[in-house]
Amino acid sequence: MAFEIPNFTPALPEIFLLTMICVVLVVDLFLTDKNRSITYLLSQATLLGAAVLTVVVQSAVPEYTFSGMFVNDGMGTVLKLFIYLSTAVVFIYSREYLMERNLFKGEFFVLALFSVLGMMVMVSANNLLTIYLGLEVLSLALVALVALNRDSSISSEAAMKYFVLGAIASGMLLYGMSMLYGATGSLDHTEIASFIEQGSTDDIVLKFALVFIVIGLAFKLGAVPFHMWVPDVYEGAPTAITLFISSAPKIAAFAMLMRLLVEGLGGLLVHWQDMLIIIAVLSIIAGNVIAIAQTNLKRMLAYSTISHVGFLMLGIIAGTSDGYSAGMFYVIVYALMSLAAFGMIILLSRSGFEADTLEDFKGLNQRSPWFAFMMLITMFSMAGVPPTVGFYAKLAVLSAVVEIGLVWLAVLAVVFSVIGAFYYLRVIKFMYFDKAVDTTPISGAYDMRAVMSANGVIILLLGIYPTGLIALCVSVMP
Amino acid sequence: MPLLSLVIWLPILGGLAVLAASRHTSDANIRWMALAVSAVTFLVSLPLFFSFDSSTHEMQFVEMAAWIPAFNINYHLGVDGISMPLILLTAFSTIFVVAAGWEVIKVRVAQYMAAFLIMEGMMIGVFAALDSMLFYVFWEAMLIPMFIVIGVWGGPRRVYATIKFFLYTFFGSVFLLVALIYLYFQADKSFAILDFHVLKIGMDAQILIFLAFLIAFAVKVPMWPFHTWLPDAHVEAPTGGSVILAAIMLKLGAYGFVRFIMPIVPDASFELDWLIILMSLIAIVYIAFVALVQEDMKKLIAYSSIAHMGFVTLGFFMVFTIFEKTGSIQGAALGVEGALIQMISHGFISGAMFLCVGMMYDRMHSRNISDYGGVTNTMPVFAAFFLFFAMANAGLPGTSGFVGEFMVILSAFQANFWYAFLAALTLIFGAAYTLWMVKRVLFGEIKNDKVAQLTDLNGRETLILGTLAAAVLILGLWPAPLIDVMHATVNNLLEHVVVSKL
Repeated sequence: MAFEIPNFTPALPEIFLLTMICVVLVVDLFLTDKNRSITYLLSQATLLGAAVLTVVVQSAVPEYTFSGMFVNDGMGTVLKLFIYLSTAVVFIYSREYLMERNLFKGEFFVLALFSVLGMMVMVSANNLLTIYLGLEVLSLALVALVALNRDSSISSEAAMKYFVLGAIASGMLLYGMSMLYGATGSLDHTEIASFIEQGSTDDIVLKFALVFIVIGLAFKLGAVPFHMWVPDVYEGAPTAITLFISSAPKIAAFAMLMRLLVEGLGGLLVHWQDMLIIIAVLSIIAGNVIAIAQTNLKRMLAYSTISHVGFLMLGIIAGTSDGYSAGMFYVIVYALMSLAAFGMIILLSRSGFEADTLEDFKGLNQRSPWFAFMMLITMFSMAGVPPTVGFYAKLAVLSAVVEIGLVWLAVLAVVFSVIGAFYYLRVIKFMYFDKAVDTTPISGAYDMRAVMSANGVIILLLGIYPTGLIALCVSVMP
Repeated sequence: MPLLSLVIWLPILGGLAVLAASRHTSDANIRWMALAVSAVTFLVSLPLFFSFDSSTHEMQFVEMAAWIPAFNINYHLGVDGISMPLILLTAFSTIFVVAAGWEVIKVRVAQYMAAFLIMEGMMIGVFAALDSMLFYVFWEAMLIPMFIVIGVWGGPRRVYATIKFFLYTFFGSVFLLVALIYLYFQADKSFAILDFHVLKIGMDAQILIFLAFLIAFAVKVPMWPFHTWLPDAHVEAPTGGSVILAAIMLKLGAYGFVRFIMPIVPDASFELDWLIILMSLIAIVYIAFVALVQEDMKKLIAYSSIAHMGFVTLGFFMVFTIFEKTGSIQGAALGVEGALIQMISHGFISGAMFLCVGMMYDRMHSRNISDYGGVTNTMPVFAAFFLFFAMANAGLPGTSGFVGEFMVILSAFQANFWYAFLAALTLIFGAAYTLWMVKRVLFGEIKNDKVAQLTDLNGRETLILGTLAAAVLILGLWPAPLIDVMHATVNNLLEHVVVSKL
């Protein structure tokens, strides 16, 4: 049997990243704490290099390699680029924060880059095993990151919860995948899709497989009723890690939904549509309602994430090309807003002080009108109020569900987004209407303040002219 | 020249410039800068009136550019006889708002001025938008500056009032959003308002769309029973905020009725016009009683606004009954034109009333009627103005308040005697609650030392009230130019509305 050498080109960014992770790991060994910035710069350069390579190897038509286990297509390229971008922003935001807490170590960068690698594999997976491989690389690295501050009991608890619940979810997912393999005799998404299309497989086994796969996905996305880990992990992890978990991995989770449900199991649309509707509705309701009761901003944003996941699913529920691109637009926009919101907590935190309660934002407009304005934009964007980009994200997913006739679902979603608006408004109330208690001037590294401002301004500018980003998302969907 | 874009973006960019300049210059310069921006905007908007072709109902000053092609959303602007006067009213009122905050606003002056300038641009955008998504973006976006204005510079219960204001309006608007998305797919993926006007829609869908629109616009107008946010917002808002709320924001809701509900779902409007008429008459009669017992002057004027807006919605929705009875649209046109004039007139009068209360509040720091008495002894000039605006509010012939109400009542006789009877009661009730307030505040003995120490209007205040008084008088004595501008548009609207779209 002849062994054919696979085409390595489409996977060049992944190969590059893996090599560079090893380089960072080794280089870091020889650095003292004083020179740790070299690790930081090297990690940023790695992301930049991966981005360049991703652009170089992009392909307009889907390119399959490694016996069809790996795919390189337009959606993958765009999602990967946004994963690099948000990771790079996370590195910038968290540098000072980590230094002040004595967490500025090589491990942080190596683990973060490993999770980026896992995300890239997920994004490019065309095989159940590839998806699982990517998912585990991501999850294990994230668990270690959550526990990075090992002396903090709350962090360890969060990591433990994340690990145990993540393992259950992975088990569910694997079980579903094994049934899928049993029913179709293949692990390859393309082949599974054609098996289902021919209708030559047992429907009941497929449905069972689907149930477990959807549960696994819902766990990973943090959708109700599988959301219990989200608030604890968001609150327990160091804010820099929360910032990371809430941005790039969400993009990867969206890719996983697309690869598994749409490309692999697209033939079962009618079945998973109903399941996702239930999950989405519960997420939107529970996320928005429970968030109102939170006083810790990180927990509040965790519940807000849950509701955003529900909205994101609306796009996929539609089962149309428009819906998928709406979902993709939503997840990218969400990552942007999440970076801005958690970045603001980091900006206001300083050595020995976490600005993670709502009270800490009191009178921010007096302390720094500019950053208060940035947070104002972010909050209105999360609430979906124009002229911020969050509005178009909501508009896109709502129009996707209205198009397939689910007007009631759109009405329900918007009613709960009004309820959700309350807790975003409350943040603004603290910033603008209350007097400052803490009058320490806002300090922060120059680069962080610049990127933070750019982040807020982009949310506003995309709100005034979202054309390019929407067109990009539409163009990469089949 | 893209006149409409200029009128929209000039104040918005001017507002941003004011914000940017605040670091480098004194508050005094900021005030002059804001005044200059608002004055220039008003001047720039004047050609809209003078170059307006009143012989046609077509949209004028049209601008069109692709904005978000993926959703076929366009930057599509244009005005007709209904929206053009409202744009002028907006530009006109903002000047007074800037002037009214001149001495009172001492903290974060730049943010205050910028909020109003940006809001001005957005409100003009709502009136000028011909693409429903552009309309929606402006419609929602203007909540943000208003939310900040009430919350930062408002009274003691400002947080409660502003969150209530925002959530109430936001709640109404989201139904509008879903209805617009639904229409988008019905109209073969177009968000153009004019495309919606010619769309054929089934009765069940029409009813649902009607209700969705109704929630959005009735909250904004506000119609009874959706009005409870308004007194709170008015009482807590700074004077400028109250003026904009009463003069412009309420008109946005009424504008939605003529731009969206009547032309897009005429059959549902016909079917459910009793509902609107009922709500309007309750607003006119019941809210007038509520106004009568208010202790707080701002609250009283707020309730009087609700009653006056009831006239506007009554004027709009009587057309179906009148058309059914007379078979001609001429009688109905009288009611609609009366309602539109009432909108403009109420903009002047309620704005002026809130300014008057604001001027007293600046001196006495109280809005309670019982704290005043005999103000006319110490502030004779002010008292003259206040009495004049109060008379106008009560609908005295010769003032603009009379013209609109008279036309609506006249038209109501064609629909139903009892409509006219109940609506005409407002002439009594309106006079009762307004003049009784005036009597208690202005006349009688000097009530206390504070009143005795009051100083009369300064030059700035006299100029503000003098200009508004002139506007009220001109519109009251010679409304013809305004009616002339509206006539073709209103006729077209009515011809359109009486044709079934099933």
